[in-house]
Amino acid sequence: MVWYEKMKAPMKDKIKILITTQGDFVAQRFDLTSEVVIATVERGEAVDKPRTIIMDRPSPEDLCNMIMEENVALVICGGIEDRHYQFLTWKKIRVIDFVIGDHESALQKAIADDLKQGDMLPLSRGDLSL
Amino acid sequence: MMRKTFAVPGVIALDDLLAGFPHATACLDEGFKIVAVNHLFEALTGYGREAVVGVYGDFIVRSNMGNNRGQIFQRVAESGEAVTIDGDIINRSRKKVPVRFTVSLLHTKRGGRSKGLLMVLEDISVQQKTSQATLFGGDRAADIIGHSPKMQAVFDILPLMSHTEASILITGETGTGKDKIAETIHRNSSRGKYQFVKINCGALPVELLESELFGHVKGAFTGAVRDKAGMFKMADKGTIFLTEIGDMPLSLQVKLLSVLDDRAFYPVGGERKEKVDVRVIAATHRSLRDQVQRGAFREDLFYRLNVLHIHLPPLREREGDIRFLLDYFLQDYATRLGKEVQIFCKAALHHLLDYSYPGNVRELRNIVEYCANVCRKHDINKEDLPRYLFERSLARRQDGDPGGAVPTIAAAEAVHRVKTVEKAEPSVVAATGRRADGDNWTAIEKEMILQALTTGKGNRQKAAELLGWGRTTLWRKIRQHGLV
Repeated sequence: MVWYEKMKAPMKDKIKILITTQGDFVAQRFDLTSEVVIATVERGEAVDKPRTIIMDRPSPEDLCNMIMEENVALVICGGIEDRHYQFLTWKKIRVIDFVIGDHESALQKAIADDLKQGDMLPLSRGDLSL
Repeated sequence: MMRKTFAVPGVIALDDLLAGFPHATACLDEGFKIVAVNHLFEALTGYGREAVVGVYGDFIVRSNMGNNRGQIFQRVAESGEAVTIDGDIINRSRKKVPVRFTVSLLHTKRGGRSKGLLMVLEDISVQQKTSQATLFGGDRAADIIGHSPKMQAVFDILPLMSHTEASILITGETGTGKDKIAETIHRNSSRGKYQFVKINCGALPVELLESELFGHVKGAFTGAVRDKAGMFKMADKGTIFLTEIGDMPLSLQVKLLSVLDDRAFYPVGGERKEKVDVRVIAATHRSLRDQVQRGAFREDLFYRLNVLHIHLPPLREREGDIRFLLDYFLQDYATRLGKEVQIFCKAALHHLLDYSYPGNVRELRNIVEYCANVCRKHDINKEDLPRYLFERSLARRQDGDPGGAVPTIAAAEAVHRVKTVEKAEPSVVAATGRRADGDNWTAIEKEMILQALTTGKGNRQKAAELLGWGRTTLWRKIRQHGLV
């Protein structure tokens, strides 16, 4: 049984995964993120193309609100401050933090229930700095 | 056993070298991936050495130093100049740690070719806590001190001022510490790590002031042999402090207003608009409202600058601070001069406490410095005080004026206050037909109390209401002036 099957009935059918991004990669910090990718997953399959949302400024509070409003079930991010982590988990949102790598691979691994906190994904690009 | 990384092949192990660094340190290769780290780096970030080697450096430190897409690393690698930036990181314990980053270039002896970068992360959380405690906590800054309620109100508002981006207008008589307040606000703001540029608008002729503020291009005027960046450009991302703004010529006020609105300006003789991100703090000892009424200062600029306003009280209005500052500066100068700490004798102290200090804290400090230098005994007597203090007192007595000397602005302010009282309750002044005409505040205050008491027919409650004070304040002041 993969993790989304353990969730409550309405979530089980269709859930949203939010990834904080910076270019092709998972953003290094939750509080400095102004770009997110939201994917809708239904029974282990991505539904449509993931949406990219650009926020007008980096704000962890606005981001938490967006996560709540969008009914996101899983957040994949880089470094996150404890208070934001605690808030999200208190709201029953699963957080996989300290992920390093490109966000597409992170999403695939999350859908396959293979992504863990602190994972460093094999990087698909040779030169990370550019 | 852990595999060693050698800085010089076969000679110096990089890990041993980094172990000697007192801060968290990492070595990065040409692609900015981590080659080696020390134990302090492991402790700070929460990542073990094995996990981070070969990973892009900023992915591990998770800093806010603006190293988006390795821009800072790239800049250091290209220019060869070390960069130091204050910021923070988020470590594996989900804790935000304030850090001072220093990134410098490592290159080989042969041809000076770049081999990588050295990244030092100094944990500055303790320093930040200490500086906050001393600036805005109980101890205050070492150079801005005071216990009076009016100064406490100023101290209370300072942190708020530091955390905004709005323009600030600081008013106060000469010597009240406008510059120090401006610098403190800048130092504690998010712009604190950038430049604090101070310019006196009253010290330069208009043409020179324009060139100083906005810069000029080569050939703009005779003698302009090269391009010059103005103070605004130099203060980019930081704060510009325009002191004596009341003396700024009208023609330049227009240009300043447009900079505040557009955040851009044309240098003298220039055709290209320069963009700047500068916070403006202005200060003046004049009353800008009066200047506006007289047409000497633009009203729109006044409102643009007067977003946040701090008024620094003159020393004579800072109850109890004179004694405190006298002792503070005396101890300070005694330490500096290597003397044992002296004290003021009763007569000298009485004279010093009775003096009105038209030059405010600056004058008080100079008087104490004079005393500390001149006096060779433990007790500072009346004879050790500067002679001009007595000359002024003598002159005042001859003029029939018992109080201290007051500069023009103080007199104007005092008269303004009396006028305000007159406006609120004309009978207060009219009842006795007497009026304080610009002597020191103590005398004016005493007269106001007497007038209010006369109007209230000796009823202290009524007198307190007339003056807008509480009964306790009135009672304290009555005792202070010896009216009981």
